[in-house]
Amino acid sequence: MNNPATLSVAVASADVINERSGASAGPRGPRPKRRFSRRNIIIYGTLIVVALYYLLPLYVMVVTSLKGMPEIRVGNVFAPPIEITFEPWVKAWAEACTGLNCEGLSRGFWNSVRILIPSVILSIIIASINGYALANWRFKGADVFFTILIFGAFIPYQVMLYPIVILLRELGLYGSLTGLVMVHTIFGMPILTLLFRNYFTSLPQELFKAARVDGAGFWGIYLRIMVPMSLPIFVVAIILQVTGIWNDFLFGVVYTKPDLYPMTVQLNNIVNSVQGVKEYNVNMAATILTGAVPLIVYFISGKLFVRGIAAGAVKG
Amino acid sequence: MIATALVVFVGGTVWTVVYSFTDSKLLPRLNFVGLEQYERLWATNRWLISIENLLIYGTLSLIFSLVIGFVLAALLDQKIRFENTFRTILLYPFALSFIVTGLVWQWVLNPDFGIQHIVRSLGWESFAFDPLYNADIVIYGLLIAGLWQGTGLIMCLMLAGLRGIDEDIWKAARVDGIPMWRTYIFIVIPMMRPVFITTLVIIASGIVRVYDLVVAQTSGGPGIASEVPAKYVYDKMFLGQNLAQGFAGSTMMLLAVLVVIIPWAYLEFGGKRRPT
Repeated sequence: MNNPATLSVAVASADVINERSGASAGPRGPRPKRRFSRRNIIIYGTLIVVALYYLLPLYVMVVTSLKGMPEIRVGNVFAPPIEITFEPWVKAWAEACTGLNCEGLSRGFWNSVRILIPSVILSIIIASINGYALANWRFKGADVFFTILIFGAFIPYQVMLYPIVILLRELGLYGSLTGLVMVHTIFGMPILTLLFRNYFTSLPQELFKAARVDGAGFWGIYLRIMVPMSLPIFVVAIILQVTGIWNDFLFGVVYTKPDLYPMTVQLNNIVNSVQGVKEYNVNMAATILTGAVPLIVYFISGKLFVRGIAAGAVKG
Repeated sequence: MIATALVVFVGGTVWTVVYSFTDSKLLPRLNFVGLEQYERLWATNRWLISIENLLIYGTLSLIFSLVIGFVLAALLDQKIRFENTFRTILLYPFALSFIVTGLVWQWVLNPDFGIQHIVRSLGWESFAFDPLYNADIVIYGLLIAGLWQGTGLIMCLMLAGLRGIDEDIWKAARVDGIPMWRTYIFIVIPMMRPVFITTLVIIASGIVRVYDLVVAQTSGGPGIASEVPAKYVYDKMFLGQNLAQGFAGSTMMLLAVLVVIIPWAYLEFGGKRRPT
């Protein structure tokens, strides 16, 4: 008779604990509930206001790009469109002018794609091999190499702009997409190599040693052990490179000709061109189109994106 | 690969520094003139304005992005619901390029349609907030856009730092009855010193390079009120046909970055090279 009673008391008290710890989300000690909810209002309130502020420009972009010009002239940037039109989008993609050329952003888009794909693949292959060599193979000058990479990650690009112009001109690649791909590959190396090195260093050394004992060589270990084990870091690297290269402006404007300008450069030329009437809706549609690729990558990748920048930045 | 890195990063840098002591104009040539380019540089009004802008922008964006980034991270770290949603929203501008950022804010801050127009139409007729057309405050317009783009990253770095703090520290502080804000200021922040230093270095080296944002948002205008060193360098090298001036300017930028990163690199990598 006694047992069920104590049992039920125990269960009841367990329920209370569960409920409390449920309210504070986690098995940490119980907290007074009242204070907690006021705190919540402050926290959520602040976060919601901040989040709205961060979302505002995106909202403005979308709203503006869906309005016609007459509507823009009478309203303000935040007013939702009365009459939704997709014409600005079409115009931005296919007709917007940069100087004499009126092909719209599509040309820049395809240029960017043609720059992006080889740059991402090349830079990741090279950087992963470098990182692997740095992490697992002690070779002469590894420390010097590592130091150069760290400096390379921080040195302002402006210092190296002109020497590379000369280098590319010597190679006959100045103004071509190949040249730009090379530039992206080289400048992606420092941060990517560090990323890979940090990841490979964190893998258990025993694996590496076991493989060596079994007679695997430099490439064997890299291809059969390191690469299959580090798919996440490859994804992170891809995310970093795709957004980085797509968003690049400086290299695009320096190392390519107007025909081959990447999307960001063309976008800037369209929006900031001095001739003609300013068509804000077309400008905003063009801006969204340019921002769309990295945004899609970002929203799809979610946590990996965060991991990428955290890994690339904090550990150093 | 080592050779490439050496040639490009070290070779390129040395090349630029060497040629900054010459009188190269349209084409680089080795006719040394000593420090003349630097004297000219520091006597050029546009360069001085660029430096002043960089200092204002740099100081404010350092302070604001650290403070805002940390506060947001601390808020997100309160075991709240929808943490992922909030984080996604706060970080998305970081995925956008500076060009996109600059163009959007150019539009939002447009005095005829944007914020100024809205506040005026609410009845406050004399309200004036036109940072992109007013030389005195244009740098704050850039700052608003720059912060919008960059604080998400700082927040994430800080959040990672906060998550790295042992839960027992919090428990101990709570047992001792220390209020939360004091725990943050006197215990957690000092413990996060490495994170802060790294973040500082990342922000600082990013600030020195700031270029695309200015090009997109203001093109250095009105007049030369929002010029920055990186833009000066680019214009001199590729538009002004005054190579050596550009080299001198970029060498100054290099110097600025080195002042920031050498002590950091020494702390981070030099001191604790222990066998692992």
